[in-house]
Amino acid sequence: MVRVIGFLVGLVFAGVLLISLVVGVSNYFSNPPEELAAEALHQHPQHLRLSSDGPFGKFDKAQLQRGFQVYKEVCSACHSLSLVSFRDLHALGYEEPEIKAIADQWQVQVPSINPETGEASSRKAVPSDRFPSPYANEIAARAANNNALPPDLSLITKSREGGASYVHALLTGYRNQSPELLKEHPDAKTPPGLHYNPWFANLNIAMPPPLTAEGQVTFADGTKGTVDQMATDVAAFLVWTAEPKLESRHAAGLAVVVFLLIASILGYLAYRQIWYEAKRKVRVTGPLEPKNQAKSRSAKAKQGVAG
Amino acid sequence: MSFSWAKAYEPKHPFMRWMDERLPLPRLVYGAIGGGYPVPRNLNYWWNFGVLAGIFLTIQIVTGIVLAMWYFASADHAFTSVEHIMRDVNAGWLIRYAHMNGASFFFIVTYIHIFRGLFYGSYKAPRELVWMLGLVIYLLMMATAFMGYVLPWGQMSYWGAQVITGFFSAFPLVGEPIRVWLLGGYAPDQAALSRFFSLHYLLPFVIAAVVVLHIWALHIPGSGNPTGVDVKDERDTLPFHPFYTAKDGWFAAAFLGLYAIVTYYAPNYLGHPDNYIPANPLATPAHIVPEWYFWPFYAILRSFTVDFIFPAKLWGVLAMFLSILLLFFLPWLDKSPVRSGSYRPVFKRFFWLLVADVVILGYIGGAPISPARVAIGQIAAAYYFLHFLVILPLVSRFETPLPLPASITDSVLHGEKAEAAPAGQKPRHGSVATAAAE
Amino acid sequence: MATEAQSAAGSQDTATEGGVRRRDFLNVAAVSFAGVGAVAAVAPLLVQMAPPADVLALATTEVDISKIQPGQAIKTSWRKQPVFIRNLTPAEIKAANAVPLSELRDPQSLADRTKPGKANWLITLGVCTHLGCVPLGAGEGENRGPYGGYFCPCHGSAYDTAARIRSGPAPLNLQVPEYSFISPTTVQIGGGKGK
Repeated sequence: MVRVIGFLVGLVFAGVLLISLVVGVSNYFSNPPEELAAEALHQHPQHLRLSSDGPFGKFDKAQLQRGFQVYKEVCSACHSLSLVSFRDLHALGYEEPEIKAIADQWQVQVPSINPETGEASSRKAVPSDRFPSPYANEIAARAANNNALPPDLSLITKSREGGASYVHALLTGYRNQSPELLKEHPDAKTPPGLHYNPWFANLNIAMPPPLTAEGQVTFADGTKGTVDQMATDVAAFLVWTAEPKLESRHAAGLAVVVFLLIASILGYLAYRQIWYEAKRKVRVTGPLEPKNQAKSRSAKAKQGVAG
Repeated sequence: MSFSWAKAYEPKHPFMRWMDERLPLPRLVYGAIGGGYPVPRNLNYWWNFGVLAGIFLTIQIVTGIVLAMWYFASADHAFTSVEHIMRDVNAGWLIRYAHMNGASFFFIVTYIHIFRGLFYGSYKAPRELVWMLGLVIYLLMMATAFMGYVLPWGQMSYWGAQVITGFFSAFPLVGEPIRVWLLGGYAPDQAALSRFFSLHYLLPFVIAAVVVLHIWALHIPGSGNPTGVDVKDERDTLPFHPFYTAKDGWFAAAFLGLYAIVTYYAPNYLGHPDNYIPANPLATPAHIVPEWYFWPFYAILRSFTVDFIFPAKLWGVLAMFLSILLLFFLPWLDKSPVRSGSYRPVFKRFFWLLVADVVILGYIGGAPISPARVAIGQIAAAYYFLHFLVILPLVSRFETPLPLPASITDSVLHGEKAEAAPAGQKPRHGSVATAAAE
Repeated sequence: MATEAQSAAGSQDTATEGGVRRRDFLNVAAVSFAGVGAVAAVAPLLVQMAPPADVLALATTEVDISKIQPGQAIKTSWRKQPVFIRNLTPAEIKAANAVPLSELRDPQSLADRTKPGKANWLITLGVCTHLGCVPLGAGEGENRGPYGGYFCPCHGSAYDTAARIRSGPAPLNLQVPEYSFISPTTVQIGGGKGK
């Protein structure tokens, strides 16, 4: 009975799928879908090599400091970094007084409450504060940016396909649309107020090119501030903001993997040792072979009689 | 438990004797996973995954309890509380990544465990209840994993909750009220998050209870084995301890090594980037997919695209539920008296086709929709249902199985490589052992 | 009968003594490795209970004391614990200095409990050393107890004007936290280094 019902149910569901398939295929041929410009022109980022890559990767602190400088001087005008605290900059190699100064002089103040009047007010940041957001709230951010919301950058390299490579490609990927391109894909035409960037999923991004000129940021360590350098450094910095514990993760992982490797080798040898007898016993010549079992039983019996 | 030669528990230490007379817990353990449980001697490594599943359940419960000490089930603070764990809590990143990837590995070992059962006929008499209790565990795991994925309140969490509860709205009349009741609102929000957290904490303990029943039911007939032949005498078995504890032990260490590599070096590989964006009820991610372990079912759901008597949405939801429910009837769909797929030449081919089919469904379920992928998914989904409901009953009826070995020991005598191999060509030792067995 | 066969096999094993030793070594090594691993795995589960980095970062608080008149006290908070900052009057200082140290349960002079030259600024935790209640006496009009300092309503411990325990069950004086004057009107409570 179960099988008869099952048989029918199976055929019904397979049948409905077959109908779906036939309808889908005939639709496809009678009304073939056109390729969208976003699919044709969207580019995937090339891998950006950073010192934090790979199982032994570590952050390049000088690069992170440069990246932080780019964030501070360029990105932070619009993008918040709300999950990161000033005190976290310690990991970039900054010392206590430097961090205090950075927090104290940050261009945006931390919202607070006036202790005397209870009114909304603001105060200078201290190391234990998170980076204050440039906008009071989402509405203010949209109002200031042509209704586009600049995303928070704390997790940007983990929340975008491609991570740091994507950030680097996007920052260096602004292009002019050639007439040939527009001829081929008229729907890709950049609307007013947006900017053409084939590394962005919609091709047209609200963010104006943030890194435009060499030397836009003068690095404290003397590194030449090319656009590519600035984009690479800020991408590296954003890897750190998204995954600040990367170095301890890599180090702990090595210890754990090596430990488990040794443990499994030892365990395997112990397992072989324990099983050696068990395997021998069932061989034709082994003690659990009925013939031998009978022999040992009779031997035991004899002993018993003798004893 | 079941075999006459199972060693009885003999406490050596006076304290253990004292204990045994009052609360025979050590006796229970000894009989369940100690020297008192005789296990077929020919189990291959596919039999290690049940123990591994138990290990991962333990890892999930332990890390989960720790995470709950820091997590806030609040729509406003859930996301930042998870990031607080990742950034500021001591070893928080480790515990959270271990939990996140532990869920994936729990499903990996469970899927291997299920497919092992499918190949070796572990669902057949007298182990039907073992199989069905296992399916109950699997269903509970899916519910737990889904609700756990909602907790970080990222974009995929939010839209996952939206879509999965949307399944219920496929049912006419009662569907929409049920969905609203499940969510405690018209869209996922605080009420849904709080109840998902509560249940996500509760269900693993329910799973642990069903695992006890699963093992209990297993111990009545005893473990199956790669030949599918019943245990005949003492030579066929070995005590669980030390033989299988040693085998499970070393293999667990090696498999945990794999888990450690993913957890430490590619912790987000199995996740989705969009879940690092805080939930936004006003914008759906461009490409919304569940976690990888749901992909095959998601592909089945998406394969129904035509309204035929019922709306396509209802067909998809029904098919998805059916795809798991039908597994409960497997012991009665496959009536072949031969358990092990090794001795069933036709069944074996279809089994590997099923494996490929589920992998294809998984790929389709995880990939963005395209006309070609939808068509492939429809063919694969149709095969899934035909395999269990049509092909398997027919195969079990018409197939001629290969000759079975006379006993487990007999098959072991063929040599280790051939332990689970078909006994089609009788090896030279065969006659000796067969004679011995009789 | 099985046990017989096994014991027979067992006697064969013991014959090869070298093999037995090696086997024992391997088993002991494998099991102890598992033990070490289990202990190591417990470590993160325990260290996570310690205060996280953001809590440690709040280890210092800066307080403006310019508005506290002599005889007044304020309550502020440091590490989520109440702190009393009290501007002692000359009479209160005198009263504190008049008590012989030998009479005290926890002998400390007022000078021990204040910064040099700032004997009027008495800064203590507002946590009774008995069982952790917040003593009265810092707020305007609160009961300052029989010794004019603080009085804990939970179990009746009374502190004097130097916040020293004088009667009741508390064993120690109110604790003086680590602090420093970063300007004549600003006190930083907590370790010198803010994180």
